[in-house]
Amino acid sequence: MDLIQAVEADQLKEGRDNFRIGDTVKVHFSIVEGSNERVQIYEGLVIARKNSGVRQTVTVRKLSYGVGVERVFPVHSPRIQKIEVTRRGRVRRSKLYYIRDRVGKRAKVKELIQKRNRRKESNEG
Amino acid sequence: MFGLIGKKVGMTQVFNDFGELVPVTVIKVEPNLVVEQRTPDKNGYSAVVLGAFEIKPARVSKPRLGQFEKHGVEAKRHVVEIRDFDRECAIGDSLGVELFTDAGFVDVIGTSKGKGFQGVMKRHNFSGGNKTHGSKFHRAGGSTGMAAWPSKVHKGTKMAGRMGGVQRTVQNLRVVGVDSERQVLLVGGAVPGTKEGYIVVKTSKKKG
Repeated sequence: MDLIQAVEADQLKEGRDNFRIGDTVKVHFSIVEGSNERVQIYEGLVIARKNSGVRQTVTVRKLSYGVGVERVFPVHSPRIQKIEVTRRGRVRRSKLYYIRDRVGKRAKVKELIQKRNRRKESNEG
Repeated sequence: MFGLIGKKVGMTQVFNDFGELVPVTVIKVEPNLVVEQRTPDKNGYSAVVLGAFEIKPARVSKPRLGQFEKHGVEAKRHVVEIRDFDRECAIGDSLGVELFTDAGFVDVIGTSKGKGFQGVMKRHNFSGGNKTHGSKFHRAGGSTGMAAWPSKVHKGTKMAGRMGGVQRTVQNLRVVGVDSERQVLLVGGAVPGTKEGYIVVKTSKKKG
């Protein structure tokens, strides 16, 4: 089994665990059109992460011209240049499928407000 | 034509050059020892006999041990003859997975997983009958032949019975990767047999 993990470890990309469920992310995905290659940015809400290791995927949902669009990206794909977090979300479950049934304001995820480091503040004060 | 003895480790997925995930079987290749060389002058055909995987010499039968001792090589668990071996090698040489670096496609020979006693639908792909709509014929084999003549069942008629556990070859599998450091071969798709099962990987007969 460890041989398989060793083979998979070669495929894993660094820095692909910077986002969490409920975050809004920009996925920089390279697209090959004939001979030239360009980077497309897909921005949306992370509603699910599935599987582990090389097979891990992330489902990103956005509204495009009023229509819900979901794309599933393999997290460790060499075609993903980077995944950028634009907004942290505060959610209480690992799969946000309930968002699909909601429209308008109810389909929003609250922003995560992180506590500042208190010890640092007291040191300053 | 050349080949090696290996062990199936299991399956996983890797990204190919286009960034697509492809299914692969991981094959571990322990050093393959050249045990014997067959030549047209002496044997009427050319071939190389390979041995792989460790075994205590005490556990090898005496006639087989004699084959190893003839050229003073180490005893091995599995011995396979590969015909028309076209890579340079001498008796006592140790061959590794590097042989497959630009192989392209391979055939893999292994013993399929035993399925036990199975009916004709699973074993011979019979279509069976309707499950519903008043049907009383579901998964049975149906007729096995004619009546007055020949008044017997022909030999080789497809019936229920033991399935699997026999040697099978899968042809034209793409070599996805060769890892000489770990002595691992990645082959696209599935390969017959269980994990830890021993298999023979040969260059493809039909595809370059």
